Amino acid sequence: METKFDIIVIGGGHAGCEAAAAAAKLGSRTLLISMNLETLAKMSCNPAMGGVAKGQIVREIDALGGLSGQVTDSATIQFRMLNTKKGPAMWSPRAQCDRFQFSANYRKRLEELEHLHFFQDMATTITKKKQFHIGTQMGYTFYSSSVVLTSGTFLNGSIHIGKDQYGGGRMSERPSIGITESLHRLGFSSARMKTGTPPRILSSTIDFSQTDIQHGDKNPKSFSFQRQKRLSVQRPCYITYTNNESHNVIRENLEKSAIFNGNIEGIGPRYCPSIEDKVNRFADKDRHQMFIEPEGWNTNEVYINGFSSSLPKETQQEALLKIPAFRKAQILRPGYAIEYDYFPPTQLKHNLETKLVEGLFFAGQINGTTGYEEAAAQGLMAGVNAHHKIRQSESLILGRDQAYIGVLIDDLITKGTDEPYRMFTSRAEYRLHLRQDNADERLMPVGYDLGLITQSAFQQMANDQSTVTKTIQYFSSHHIKPSEMQKIEPIDKLATPKHALSFSKLLSRPQVHIQDLFNVEREEFPFSNLDASILQKVETQIKYQGYLRREAETVDKFIQFKELNIPQNIDYKSFMSISTEGKQKLSDIQPKTFGEAQKISGVSQSDLSTLLIYLGR
Amino acid sequence: MVEISCHGSSYILKEILDLLIQNGAQPAQAGEFTERAFLHGKMDLSQAEAVADLIASENQASHRLALDQLRGGVSSEINELRKELIQFASLLELELDFGEEDVEFADREKLINLIENLQSLVNSLITSFQTGQAIKEGVLTALVGRPNAGKSTLLNTLLNDDRAIISNIPGTTRDTIEEFFELQGVKFRLIDTAGIRETKNTIENLGIERTMRNIEKAKIVVYLYDPLETSDAEVLQDVHYIKDKNLRGEIWVVRNKADLFRPNKDHITISAKNKEIKSLLDAFSSYASQLQIGDQTIITNARHKYELEQALSYLNNAQNGLKNGLSHDLLAFEIRYALKHLGNITGEIDIDRDILGTIFGQFCIGK
Repeated sequence: METKFDIIVIGGGHAGCEAAAAAAKLGSRTLLISMNLETLAKMSCNPAMGGVAKGQIVREIDALGGLSGQVTDSATIQFRMLNTKKGPAMWSPRAQCDRFQFSANYRKRLEELEHLHFFQDMATTITKKKQFHIGTQMGYTFYSSSVVLTSGTFLNGSIHIGKDQYGGGRMSERPSIGITESLHRLGFSSARMKTGTPPRILSSTIDFSQTDIQHGDKNPKSFSFQRQKRLSVQRPCYITYTNNESHNVIRENLEKSAIFNGNIEGIGPRYCPSIEDKVNRFADKDRHQMFIEPEGWNTNEVYINGFSSSLPKETQQEALLKIPAFRKAQILRPGYAIEYDYFPPTQLKHNLETKLVEGLFFAGQINGTTGYEEAAAQGLMAGVNAHHKIRQSESLILGRDQAYIGVLIDDLITKGTDEPYRMFTSRAEYRLHLRQDNADERLMPVGYDLGLITQSAFQQMANDQSTVTKTIQYFSSHHIKPSEMQKIEPIDKLATPKHALSFSKLLSRPQVHIQDLFNVEREEFPFSNLDASILQKVETQIKYQGYLRREAETVDKFIQFKELNIPQNIDYKSFMSISTEGKQKLSDIQPKTFGEAQKISGVSQSDLSTLLIYLGR
Repeated sequence: MVEISCHGSSYILKEILDLLIQNGAQPAQAGEFTERAFLHGKMDLSQAEAVADLIASENQASHRLALDQLRGGVSSEINELRKELIQFASLLELELDFGEEDVEFADREKLINLIENLQSLVNSLITSFQTGQAIKEGVLTALVGRPNAGKSTLLNTLLNDDRAIISNIPGTTRDTIEEFFELQGVKFRLIDTAGIRETKNTIENLGIERTMRNIEKAKIVVYLYDPLETSDAEVLQDVHYIKDKNLRGEIWVVRNKADLFRPNKDHITISAKNKEIKSLLDAFSSYASQLQIGDQTIITNARHKYELEQALSYLNNAQNGLKNGLSHDLLAFEIRYALKHLGNITGEIDIDRDILGTIFGQFCIGK
């Protein structure tokens, strides 16, 4: 059996699959070790991808050349663009998925990759001599130059249902034992986190007349920028509510819950509380919302989002039966809480490589995050950077002004996290810029340079982009006379301006949309037949113009110096006011431009200021 | 690079700073110059730290002063304000990040009320700067009168000091003299001016111009006259003249040489030479007690005022936006800028954690 690889990815969840795919696509001989190759890219929590802030991340992954967006599109059973009543920066795609198709399609895509190899086994030890040695439960040893560890909830995973407690990385799956201890020996520190899932129910036992139905969008979009066929059939979700009767059951049994009986020490996410936590903390609320999400096209199993619990299974059942829609509900699997080891992410560098062990990368829940999207994003970045590490080329680090992925990783590395970290748009200071609609403009050039985005996809984006630019130019240099403005419906209702105004000026009004301007378009520039996504981009850019400019001003106080040349052979050690680490790194790397100096991890903002002042700026 | 040299009065400094800021200059961040000096090798690290200590100790002293004297601290007020803003931002962000959740969102009416409340809070802090200046820099008090009315003698009596040159040659005091004295915890900044008199002597003219400017700005103009030299009609004429120049301040007419005349009940009567100035001191005392600031917090730092003005301008944008149906992401944008400027005062900048913390604390979030 082959045992020598360039990169070994341990773990086959959303982080591991992206990491393995990226590394292999870039040309590294990559081995993916998973405890179960039948559960690759499994949706262990709810069967949906995207949502507010998370949808933006999936679009970014797609623009960089990751797989999550395309796989989601191939397994979508319902698509909704959330938040469309808010500004375009808030628009967030979300897809309900067939969880079985998702895994199967993902695996198929991975199997197509020439340089990717698979092995089913449990990695139990990590040691490093010249190379990494990965020992497994079956007694194999694999060797590689770099390792990406994506352990999810499996490291010493422990499942809790009421007072019952047993080892497991997911329901009915074994925990992973040995890696944590191996990492402790290398000097890493770990802590515990907790998360939970709700019960799954047989949909044929639900009284849907007691629920509200929620359909997908009439005009469903997709995640991937590389267009695919439209979704023609969709499945709905349903909404129902808990009530006082079910709350009473929960309240009476509160001390039996694993989070209240002292069995769980890990910290769970505040934004994803268990039902017993909600009933306890928000005692004045007499009902809580639940989403009934189908698990796939060909299954009767549904996911009861909003009812995650570590109460005893009998109590879960009893509380559910008090809810009209669930009077006869049959639970297929009870909800449970799971505790697992994570490694505080302040032990990492911005390329997701550990500070302690060169060539070792962490991605996903091991870094204290939660969510498929957050995991996948880190996996992609870790895979790319592991490849770059062994080729000794520059790490890919995205800025906070460049991508949600940049915000995510920067938050983890600089602030750490003590509860499972989930992305919110409010975490991004440049969120007007970090939109789902422009993820391609922001990141496809990066993906193309990496070699993960094809020439044709890149060209398509560049063409669209130039159409957008041309349209905006036309809009700002062509005017509409007051007499014509009556044809623009929202203007007609408002006071008609007395002077001719440019298309842009009119479009920058909150009430006016680009479609309203179709009536006044001219033969010389028929924009009404442009692609809807291009029209949307034009409108968004014009409406946001002023704000984006203001936002950009604060983006990077160093941006204007990116091209500034740095003379070689500077004696950095003589700079009294540069940090020791900064001196070391600058001396070793001898950056040629200020932009290069900025990208060196370990060179702080104040080191950069010093350098800038030395350079006479 | 422009270097401005001026007299070492903190009042003049503040005026110059205000003027520069009004015209678009931005105040340096705390420690910026020290940092630069350090980077340029003009200071070593310990010197830089010594500067930092010095700055800190000064702030601490003035902070304590503010706490003791003003019954409440600026930072606690700013923190309170920040909390309110975070609360407001949370209501906006709730709808942005948790639009799919089953929670009640604030309606526009409520948001408008909240923001108007915030605007008035920030506004009152900004306007308190005037009072704050008076307390920190002293109440500007111009001492005016015709030559030889005895202004310098009065000044010396007030200060028990012989600083101003006293002579009986009219027009001796060509430059303004600035002194402080304190009554009931209120500092009065006393400016002895050149006399009001037409003259061809250009040096003295300069002094007179300066006198006029001081009169214009003064909170109190003490007009002193000598009844032996100046007729009632002339006094009336001078008072009118001063009132023309100074529309807002108080004008106290003070008759000197009380030892020679019977008191005039409309005028404050003193004898500067005999150090009988009780009636004038009473007037200062009563002014000081009127300047009671109650529970209101006072801003005394020009940089704080600048940050508050910036914050207010973003709040105004947000208020306009709310009225014009601006989307919440853009409203939140304005509020974040306001928060950033408040953060520049208190140094707390981790906005997103605070906002998310507030949301999770108050709303049942999570499917």
